[in-house]
Order: sequence, then C-alpha cells, then structure tokens
Amino acid sequence: MRRVLVIGSALILGLAGFYVGVHQRSIGSAPQRNSPAPDFSLPDLNGRSLQLSSYRGKVVLLDFWATWCTPCQEEIPHLVELQNSYRGWGLEIIGVSMDDSADPVREFYQRFRMNYPVVMGNAEIGERYGGVLGLPIAFVIDRDGRIYKKHIGATDVSVLERDVKELLAR
Amino acid sequence: MNRWERKWRIAVVVVLVVWFSTAAWLTQAYAQALAPAPAPASSLPASELINPEDLVKVLEASTGEKPLMLQVGSHVLFAQAHIPGSEYVGPVTSEVGLQQLRRHVDSLPRKKFIVLYCGCCPWNHCPNVKPADDALRAMGFTHVKVLYIATNFGADWVAKGYPVEKGE
Repeated sequence: MRRVLVIGSALILGLAGFYVGVHQRSIGSAPQRNSPAPDFSLPDLNGRSLQLSSYRGKVVLLDFWATWCTPCQEEIPHLVELQNSYRGWGLEIIGVSMDDSADPVREFYQRFRMNYPVVMGNAEIGERYGGVLGLPIAFVIDRDGRIYKKHIGATDVSVLERDVKELLAR
Repeated sequence: MNRWERKWRIAVVVVLVVWFSTAAWLTQAYAQALAPAPAPASSLPASELINPEDLVKVLEASTGEKPLMLQVGSHVLFAQAHIPGSEYVGPVTSEVGLQQLRRHVDSLPRKKFIVLYCGCCPWNHCPNVKPADDALRAMGFTHVKVLYIATNFGADWVAKGYPVEKGE
C-alpha cells in the first residue's frame, strides 16, 4: 500500500513538473552585444516580405514600437529625421510594430509621414530578441549584422545618432 | 434649359460636392486631433494599486480569494509572457476595447476580486489601465486593483523571476 502511494505521488509530481515545464518555459534569452542579430522575414504594411539579412552591409536601427505606445509616438519624428540625415551614408531604419493588427499602423504611417519600412512583429520575433515586453526597444546593428547596442525605453535621439555615427564611420 | 444654364448647374453641383467632402474631411480630422487622450495611469489613487510583490504573495497564499487577472495590453506582448492564469482582454483605448472588457466581466458578481495589468509602457505612459479601472468601477465592481508596473512587464515582473506563462 505504501509503495503504491509513493509511486502514485512520484507520478503526480512528475506530471506536474512536465506541465510546469511546458507552460512556464523561460522567455527567450536576449542576444548579446556582438552576437548576430536574429534574422527574420516579416510582412511589411503592403504585405511584402522584408528580410533582415538582406540589409547586410547597412547599419540598421531596428525599432520595436506600437501605435498605442506614447514614448514610441514621440520618438517617430526623430527617427524620420535620422533616416533622412543618414540614409546616404548607409543607415536603414526598420520599424517592427507590435500592434495586434496592421490597420492602425497604416494610418499612423501616413499621419507621421514615416520614411522607412515597418513590418508587423509577433510573439516569436519578440522572444528571439530576448522578449519585447515593454516598448520601445531599439537595437543598433552593424554592417555585418551584429548587435552593437540595445536601448530599452524612450531613448534620446542624440544617443541613437551617436551609435549610428560610430558604426557608419567604421 | 440652354447650354450655359446646364453648364452652370453642373458647376454648382461640383462645387457643392467638393465643399461637402472638404467639410466632412475637416470635421473628421479635427475630431481626431481633439479627441481626449486616455487618462494616465498616474492619476490612479494609491489605494487602487497593488505592487508586484504583494500580488505574488496573494497568488502564493494557501488561503484567501484568488483574483481574476485581466491583461489589458497588446496580444503580441501577452503571447510572449503573462501572469499564469491571467486572461487576455486587450487594449481599452477605444470604445471597442472597452466593450470587450465589459463583456468579459459582465456576468461576474460585483464583489469579485479583479486585478488589471498592462505593462506595455512605463507607468505614467500606460494608456490602458486607468480607462479599464474606470470602466469596471462604473459597472459596480468594488474590489478592483491595478498592478503597479513602473517600467514594463519585462523589467518589473519577468526579470524579477515572478511566475510567467506564455502562449495564447
């Protein structure tokens, strides 16, 4: 009887452990500085696929944002300006919208006269970049596709510009 | 009706159509520009807030009522990580979102313990928790708390090792 109880308890504990393991997996580990930026292929606002690796040779500012995020909204005009200033030198900004649907993003894109591509993000890409669990988050990526800096939260454009200039000068 | 009279009438119709279209567009644009911004989370009184560590204690306690936890942020963020057992409602910055929230809780007793949380943005920028709290109180819910997330869900919950679950 005692043996049955022990085996039964072990089985229950094992099953509970399995359940927890399946349902409470850890969030993706954040890519470190100088590690390759996780590649992705995501649809832009016109439904065309955009692949990060096709930007190899350019300095990329990858901006995770959303239309409902006030600090993100405040950053966008500065990013538009940054793109205008440094496109000729090799800067490409890519916005990854974490909105649930593309409709508000299209409207926002027109209203803010955005001049760089925006793709629709998802949970998978968020996890591959270490968990995008708050916005905005920006990754500065060098010409070889490696992560140079990660900025969490609203970041002064002068900080982003300094990073971009450092990479463009290499 | 002679030729000039017909042309004149067509011109009047064209002018009227252009005028009405412009007026409609301007009305819409002004309405959008003047729409009140959602009330900030920082306007919530401290008595309506619960800190992450206190919520964890409530969840881990062997006694006491367990709250219904509702996430009123983005689904993309919810799918990456949320508090185990919490339910997705979605952003409530629009009337559609508020209706969704009302439908979600409509059948519940008004004394039900409910915890609202978002964590999409820093606290003073969160557009969701205050309207959600207002909506539940307007419905007569008396035991509602809002999870105080200072920076974002990643920094103030996940990074602190509190329990998380991912998926739909």
